[in-house]
Amino acid sequence: MTQRYDVIVIGGGVGGLATAALLGKRGMDVHVVEAREHLGGLTSTEDIVPGVPCDTVDHELGWVPPALVAELGLDRHGLQLLYCDPCATALVPSAPSESIALYPDAQRTAGALGRYSTNDAAAWPAFALRVAQLSGFLRALYEVPAPSLFASGAGNLVSMLALGRKARSLGRNGIFDLLRTLPMSIADVLDESFENTTLKGLLGARAVSRILQGPRSGATAFLFLHYHVGLPSGAVRGMLTARGGVGALAGAMIGAAKAHGVSFRTGATVARIDVKNERTRGVTLESGEEIVADRVVSSLDARHTIYDLIDPVHVEPELSRAIGHVRMRGATAKVNLVLDGAVPLPNVDALRGPLVVAPSISALERAFDNAKHGTMSDAMTLEVRVPGVLDPSMEGKGGRVAVSVLAQWAPYGLKSGWDAASRGVLGDRVLAALESAIPGITNRVVHREILSPRDIEERFGASEGSLTHGELALDQILFMRPVPALSRYRSASIEGLYVCGRGCHPGMPAAAAMLAAREIVRSARGREPAATPPPAPQVA
Amino acid sequence: MEAQQWRRWSGFLVASAYEMSHEREYHAIRSSAALFDVSPLKKYHVSGRDATRMLDRVVTRNVAACQPCQVLYTPWCDSRGKVVDDGTLHRLGEEQYRLTSAEPNLAWLHDNARGMQVDLEDASDSVAALSLQGPLSRTILEHAAQRDLAGLKYFRLTNATIGGASIAISRTGYTGDLGYEVWMEAADALAVWDALMHSGAPYGITPAGMLALDIARIEAGLILLDVDYVSARKALIPAQLSSPFELSLGWTVKLDKGSFNGAHALRAEYAKGVDWKLVGLEIEWPSFERVFESLGLAPRLSATASRVSVPVYADGRQIGYATSSTWSPLLKRFIALAHLEAPFAAHGRGVEFEITVEHRRHRAEARVRKLPFYDPPRKRA
Amino acid sequence: MTTNGSRTRYDAIIIGGGHNGLVCAAYLARAGKKVLVCEKRHLVGGAAVTEEIHKGFKFSEFSYVVSLLRPEIIRELDLPRHGLQILPLESTVTPMPNGNYLAAWGDHDESQRELYRHSPLDAERYDDFGIMMHHMAHAVKPILAMLPPDPTSLSPRELVALARFGGHMRSLGEERFYALHKLMTMSSADYLDEWFESDVLKATKSASGIIGTFLGPRSPGSAYVLLHHYMGEIDGAFRAWGFQKGGTGGVSEAIAGAARAFGAEVKVEAPVTNVIIKNGRAVGVAVGAGDEYYADVVVSGLDPKRTFLGLVEEKALPGDFLTSIRRFKARGSSGKVNLALSELPRFTCMEPENIARWGGVQIPAARYLRGAVSVSPTMEYVETAYDDAKHGAFSRRPYMDVVIPSMIDPSMAPPGQHVMSIFCQYAPFNITGGWDDAKREAFGDAVINALAVFAPNIKQAIIARQVLTPADIERITGLTEGNIFQGELALDQLFFLRPAAGYAKYRSPIERLYQCGSGTHPGGGIMGASGRLAALTMLGDWPA
Repeated sequence: MTQRYDVIVIGGGVGGLATAALLGKRGMDVHVVEAREHLGGLTSTEDIVPGVPCDTVDHELGWVPPALVAELGLDRHGLQLLYCDPCATALVPSAPSESIALYPDAQRTAGALGRYSTNDAAAWPAFALRVAQLSGFLRALYEVPAPSLFASGAGNLVSMLALGRKARSLGRNGIFDLLRTLPMSIADVLDESFENTTLKGLLGARAVSRILQGPRSGATAFLFLHYHVGLPSGAVRGMLTARGGVGALAGAMIGAAKAHGVSFRTGATVARIDVKNERTRGVTLESGEEIVADRVVSSLDARHTIYDLIDPVHVEPELSRAIGHVRMRGATAKVNLVLDGAVPLPNVDALRGPLVVAPSISALERAFDNAKHGTMSDAMTLEVRVPGVLDPSMEGKGGRVAVSVLAQWAPYGLKSGWDAASRGVLGDRVLAALESAIPGITNRVVHREILSPRDIEERFGASEGSLTHGELALDQILFMRPVPALSRYRSASIEGLYVCGRGCHPGMPAAAAMLAAREIVRSARGREPAATPPPAPQVA
Repeated sequence: MEAQQWRRWSGFLVASAYEMSHEREYHAIRSSAALFDVSPLKKYHVSGRDATRMLDRVVTRNVAACQPCQVLYTPWCDSRGKVVDDGTLHRLGEEQYRLTSAEPNLAWLHDNARGMQVDLEDASDSVAALSLQGPLSRTILEHAAQRDLAGLKYFRLTNATIGGASIAISRTGYTGDLGYEVWMEAADALAVWDALMHSGAPYGITPAGMLALDIARIEAGLILLDVDYVSARKALIPAQLSSPFELSLGWTVKLDKGSFNGAHALRAEYAKGVDWKLVGLEIEWPSFERVFESLGLAPRLSATASRVSVPVYADGRQIGYATSSTWSPLLKRFIALAHLEAPFAAHGRGVEFEITVEHRRHRAEARVRKLPFYDPPRKRA
Repeated sequence: MTTNGSRTRYDAIIIGGGHNGLVCAAYLARAGKKVLVCEKRHLVGGAAVTEEIHKGFKFSEFSYVVSLLRPEIIRELDLPRHGLQILPLESTVTPMPNGNYLAAWGDHDESQRELYRHSPLDAERYDDFGIMMHHMAHAVKPILAMLPPDPTSLSPRELVALARFGGHMRSLGEERFYALHKLMTMSSADYLDEWFESDVLKATKSASGIIGTFLGPRSPGSAYVLLHHYMGEIDGAFRAWGFQKGGTGGVSEAIAGAARAFGAEVKVEAPVTNVIIKNGRAVGVAVGAGDEYYADVVVSGLDPKRTFLGLVEEKALPGDFLTSIRRFKARGSSGKVNLALSELPRFTCMEPENIARWGGVQIPAARYLRGAVSVSPTMEYVETAYDDAKHGAFSRRPYMDVVIPSMIDPSMAPPGQHVMSIFCQYAPFNITGGWDDAKREAFGDAVINALAVFAPNIKQAIIARQVLTPADIERITGLTEGNIFQGELALDQLFFLRPAAGYAKYRSPIERLYQCGSGTHPGGGIMGASGRLAALTMLGDWPA
């Protein structure tokens, strides 16, 4: 027996859930299919051991557009967003008493920096303002479908005009600064303003997070700004989470979706998207069961969607080639630890935000060099969160403490390959880096869970374990994301096939969902033709 | 090889003509037999569980309907429905094919084979090809291969041996005459060539070069990549692109066979009607002669085919261009292959063909003709 | 300031007799202006000079190949009449670690066959790549000759320029526009990965994406330089590189000859010490021991840092402009080793028996030695060379572009002997501890040792060697940090951002002080476009 829906959403991560909820709200009959038993995807919070919750993979939310929260009434469904405060603290390995903390308040940060460098303290407020302004422009860019020189239609014009207005508000110097800054390396950007190596390491680590690039690589400044979209002005390197862990966002979305009639199926892996006569017909599960729908929306990464779920006969060779070129290159590992007691750190307040182990730009660059040549970093760069400090609802039972660590670089394309041994080495290196920053911590570890990029790929379906479903680089954003042919959230060659999720513009699942849902609703109403006819030949 | 006339073909040098003049070589094609070395053709072996499926999405013809030991002539398109290349597809076995083409297509095949169980092998250097064309080709080949070939029908394929060398014989060619192409390991090619020359000596076999072939293929109405059309991969501007319909290869496009490259665009083009057509033109001799006479000259024409694009006019404006033209020594006609705007492409339509005489441009009357210009029954018999 | 020198008045004074300064001078003189060029050295050319460092051996000391010199400059200044003659550089051979090699020849088919030997796929895609790069070059070419539009201005003129620019981009077509976007933003390694599979091909191609930059082939932004170097143009033919007969200095002399023929005065050994500014307006220059020359406009062909941080008083410049100039990146990353040789090098990979072993086509040694030898055996090699530099050392095994000018123009060396030019990267200006004689020689040794791996007879063939570190390049030519492009060709320093936002049109914050060096748009290479566009800009708004 086959079931029939208006829309099937593949993948129950934040991107899929938000899209499903938005479509449900528009009256569509939506069904979400998730391969894991747990909904939330990369944005999940689960008990690592019974009674000790932790963010399973990613431990921050990225930008959650307030418009989305409002539209879905996510607060009514229990969402309470939390900003880390301090935004981040730098831990210097082998010098645990030394730390630099950044606060949401720029003046307070400047004051704290004064102890290390009067120059840096003086430069801070202007830097924080600049980050806020430039990322503010990105935010404007992220609120509209990527403008295109080639797209037609009112939507594109609206995008263009919105950006034009925003650009005007930046002013002449602001635009120049934006255009100059985006392609720069974060190392060059930081060298222009700061001198303290610890501070530069702390900031630089943000710009290379979840990417296989080092701080001296071009366009890492873009990624730095990208991570600041939606943060309050002044909160440089800030981070957003939710009460109950990042999974609470998924939870609220599930609530909203259910309220709009969306149905769910977990533990069901989609084997393929059924296509006939260049139209989607639904999906077939690995169990062989068929689910019929006019529209299929995939929140998986583009490679997974196009390569693994669609009969290659239906994929144009040009598209196939473009998909093959999308750089995934996961290089971030996740290590979740359970301690039998508190983190042995004198200043517990520092744990209200992430602790960063990235002693300097040079150290980061060397760590990246290892990865570039296909090995794990000798000295891992870490971003450590202890969720229970900021959010008591995340405290473990029985005095046990969960520690969430994102570690770099552990490249998916490890020359020696990923196996039990290399995963063991990864764990040891992460713990070694952690121990050198927080002496005594390893003795308290009673449980460790290691997710290499390979594990993330296998368990969460993210190609090459990319936490961003494709590197966030200048050639893979806007109208290039995930590939030009899919940058408007729908396939031109297969009618009824759509994409959403973090692999799409603007690279953050909740924001992408808003744009994708809008596009799906628009095309469902048939306002714009599904595909433009090919250009007519001209007289030679 | 007395003439030392060479030309380039896919990075190789091939003979333009073996003798000082190519004329005898041309007449051998039409009266006895001519032997060509066509080894620079690109050859790809495609095999594996999904070979048929994969090729069916590449080419416009229906591969699934092609029988083993059958050969298809087919173009293939990009997803805009514009022709990338054309060639022959040999079904060697159930899931075993050989695709020949003018230009390299390995990368294109690779892009198309993603996700399918297909083995691709570039056999361009390892497989040699000789083409034996002409009314006596069957006799000569039967002699050389010591077997009867009467049962080998047009566009069919069979295995044989010549002097101990394993060969495949396809009843195909690029001359529009009775003819065969012989496929073999490159190492065996010289021996096979010698064996054919030996068997053919009593029948007037003649080694022939590209100049003779060029005349024959225009008579046969067969197009040539880079001359009569530009590959979609190499087109610099949209105006250089051609669809199969525009090349009058609509008969090769099986719109109802399911998904294939360009199907979407080709269906749209089919529904809308084609803007251009490739047709035969015959330049009317009296008109041609008059142009020369008006200057006090007798008409003259090059003995070789021309690959220079020539404007074609009607109603006082340019309505197309001829890409290949030649004097047909057999038909005694001046013929051309031309791209015309569809409204002017009807059979018998009068147009004007530009000719340059004594440094000045003139126009001679021409008429749209059915292709091929020359189509002897023995070609298919 | 003393004023005991000459008080001759000029219409324009050009600081620096490099090729751009000379081009600018020639165009101004051609328009009837009275022009003076002041060059600090005893010869003109800047980094485009030929000197006989060892008796009988002429070295194109710094810049050694010519490709980008704009054809319109050659035509408009009639440079061949003044001695310009560019001989083609025919081939590139890359030796591989396993003894194999990859060659690219002047003939398309020959290159195809050679590449096919390494990878049939690459041989095929190389054509597609060539077509794509042709389009990209075609897309970028008008930009090189176009005054950069100001994206922030709302003046009708700027909006029209911006709209025209947008139209130009649209005319590329969608697919190619995306390809251009990729080219502008990607790393050369990633860009090439999209096309090719053979490592040696990618390594050799990517090497041209790092020349003169402080980027590794895996760093985003390096793909653009790939194109910049792809745009070599001789007589309208894309992708052609060549040598000036008699050495690169001959290009400078030809331009100087044209300038003089139009009436410009060229003074050598006339180092400008500062720009004379009165009431916020540039009025002249002070030269050497105390001479002063006055003119309506002053044009600097020096790099932006040297011009604004060296020749102009700080207080005459607005703070944000000074900040921009200070931030302008001009990190020297390349060095040069010039050799006088008693015999030709013998590259092991091109010995006949080795060619046979690898199934290549035999060619005489004289032929490949007329082209370049690229020591870029693997991607890893080039990337590792960068790693050394990134961490403050010269590359232990540098990327090298080796040419033997005397093979093309025998007059460069005594009969039977040769000169060899080795461009090497990376040699960072900011080497840990700074450059000294010992480090220079160590660098020279590293270069020779790395070359000897592939041409073992090189050591015994050396009669004399000249090693030029970025510090030497700075000392001799004045190029800040020895950066051969007067500032890195990075995306944040191109087009309307070159050298500083709002000052990309050859003007400066000081009235009547202009810039014409390759530190301005479009920048880089012996192109001359900056000098020409600067002259045209000045003539367009010549002070009444």
